[in-house]
Amino acid sequence: MFDNLSQRLSNTVAKLRGQSRLTEDNIKETLREVRMALLEADVALTVVRSFIERVREKAVGQEVIENLTPGQALIKVVQDELVHLMGDANEQLQLNAQAPAIIMMAGLQGAGKTTTIAKLAKRLKEQEKKKISVVSCDVYRPAAIKQLETLAGQIEVNFIPSAADESPLAIATRAVEAAKLNHDDVLFIDTAGRLHVDGDMMGEIIQLHQAVNPVETLFVVDSMSGQDAAMSAQAFNEALPLTGVILTKTDGDARGGAALSVREITGKPIKFLGTGEKVDGLEPFHPDRVASRILGMGDVLSLVEEAQQKVDHKEADKLAKKIKSGKSFNMLDLRSQLSQMQNMGGMAGLMDKLPGTAKLPAAMKSQAGDKSVQSMIAIIDSMTAKERRFPDIIKSTRKQRIAAGSGTQVQDVNRLLKQHIQMQKMMKKFSKKGGMKNLMRSMQGRLPPNMPM
Amino acid sequence: MTDRSLFNRLKSGLAKTRDLLSPGFSNQKAAELELSDELLENFEERLLMADVGIELVQTLINQLKLDVAQAKREHLPTTVSDLFKKLVVALLEPCNQAIMLGDNKPFAILVVGVNGAGKTTTIGKLARRLKRNRKQVMLAAGDTFRAAAVEQLVTWGERNDVPVVAQATGADSAAVIFDALESAKARNIDVLIADTAGRLHTQNDLMTELQKVKRVMQKVDPAAPHETLLVIDASMGQNALRQAQEFHRSMQLTGLCITKLDGTAKGGVVLSIADQLGLPIRYIGVGEAIEDLQVFDAVQFADALLGLEPDT
Repeated sequence: MFDNLSQRLSNTVAKLRGQSRLTEDNIKETLREVRMALLEADVALTVVRSFIERVREKAVGQEVIENLTPGQALIKVVQDELVHLMGDANEQLQLNAQAPAIIMMAGLQGAGKTTTIAKLAKRLKEQEKKKISVVSCDVYRPAAIKQLETLAGQIEVNFIPSAADESPLAIATRAVEAAKLNHDDVLFIDTAGRLHVDGDMMGEIIQLHQAVNPVETLFVVDSMSGQDAAMSAQAFNEALPLTGVILTKTDGDARGGAALSVREITGKPIKFLGTGEKVDGLEPFHPDRVASRILGMGDVLSLVEEAQQKVDHKEADKLAKKIKSGKSFNMLDLRSQLSQMQNMGGMAGLMDKLPGTAKLPAAMKSQAGDKSVQSMIAIIDSMTAKERRFPDIIKSTRKQRIAAGSGTQVQDVNRLLKQHIQMQKMMKKFSKKGGMKNLMRSMQGRLPPNMPM
Repeated sequence: MTDRSLFNRLKSGLAKTRDLLSPGFSNQKAAELELSDELLENFEERLLMADVGIELVQTLINQLKLDVAQAKREHLPTTVSDLFKKLVVALLEPCNQAIMLGDNKPFAILVVGVNGAGKTTTIGKLARRLKRNRKQVMLAAGDTFRAAAVEQLVTWGERNDVPVVAQATGADSAAVIFDALESAKARNIDVLIADTAGRLHTQNDLMTELQKVKRVMQKVDPAAPHETLLVIDASMGQNALRQAQEFHRSMQLTGLCITKLDGTAKGGVVLSIADQLGLPIRYIGVGEAIEDLQVFDAVQFADALLGLEPDT
């Protein structure tokens, strides 16, 4: 599921190759795939529609930047727009109010409100040295008050007791007074989970909000939510002046399209991500990370950006010219290519950024690579100048010397020589189509065959 | 409660789904209908909005095309919505299996699911339901992790006047459930319902812990748990399918319970789960009240989902 978009895109994107400008026509199919991917990630349909429209407007007519295929250029537009929509920067809690600053939580049942209070309170207590009280107005779910009391004990903040036979309004007003007397900096008010279609319960939370006038009213939403996230977010946003959103349970494998829906529909910033049920599982929100996850495509963008920045264009052009002029691809050229790869974070760095490889075990990733790139460079460095230019002269005793000099085995030297011959063949192919630039392009999509993997 | 009111309750719970899934052309005779691309795309989007997975949507659309074509060839009087309902019912029908207690005593139900799905609340409602059917019920507070989860279950026990076997938070979940099973056996209990801590299906260690609970139960009764029930929140999107797949892989589920169908959540992912896993859907939760835990009925569910009046 996770890699669907990249798989799908690789088909449509391939068709886009060689076009220098994005047009209505050539992006149509790709946009349809993006649309499907967003829906698959549970982004609400209305949000998908407006999103695709905006991407279309931005993309059409755009020129394709150097080193990008048109398909990649389109994806860059998609991802930029997604990050932009998610809020360009991470927004903190705003606690500038007369103490106690009141933070109220709202959301559906089981979204994770109570757990999130504990996480936030712990964070404010430890990082900002705030004096904190918490109170629960959830008189409906059995033991909800007890849950907050237990968590308050764990993180050592003040718990203001309440009872299931009190009214939520009475609890909240009493708690505000208590927090004042206690000289608290922050008071967290937990509320019962409620369905957005439950008129009575929505009325109750509106009343509660008016009575305590919180400085932050946070909508807590489960990252696994489906299309309905849009509906509930809208209803809560209309009922309450929300100040932010917290996305919970992000440690699972949900694509988290709800984040985009909620952000787009409420216009309110996502402030934190909840990860796990332990009290320290809270992270500031990073729009780019969540954007990549929704697209299910790894960190393709930063790979694209790195390719733009780090490929030494002079070297690449020199090599391209050389190949075009019919001169053969020698060891020096191979070396310069290998070191360019290392500049881009090496094989492991590349793999981290490629979609689909995120789930590979770390051991496998480390096997895949950087050492062999390094030792390939060492082997080339152990050759004489003549050997580098004319690798054909490398026979048995030279091999033994090179292996000893580079700290490798003769087999490794043989493998490198073989790879070099294959690369040479490949280079010839590429030289026909347009040289090194094309090769570097194709490297962004997939690694050339026979590289150490 | 009559069947009629039960339908209405379910239907009002699914009101929003009905609006979405009754496409404008639904009452047209299939034989007279031109299925344009636009119409199909519109239909596809409606299904997607109901959280039906994309692959299944495409399968359904393709099948619908074939069915409409057939209706045309044979000049059948059916409407498009009839054809669609048939497709949905065909998917859900195999899941239409209630729990059979049989001769097992105690019949042990292990309730599993992700955090916040509604496991403990479902257990509370289920206990009431079984008690009403004159069964001796016992609960096991196997969620020893979440703060006050034990107290929550104990409260449900008091409300329903059923015994709860519990230890303090932090105790070994498998040990609590083992004790409960032995105690249920000794006290001649009919049904033991064991709660477990919510866990994401991606957390390997916690999934392994769940397998241990199962193994330990089997020391008391090799056939236990007689029912391994996965609770799924209807407002979940496509991840619910992943949840079902992963829990099934490590626990060999025997049934599902779909909760929170009383909001605007469409629960369309149920179709995907039925299509992929075919697991029996035992109950659906359509409201806060205890009687709002209902036995799943494929035809009724399809009716409510598509906004059709039941064929009475």
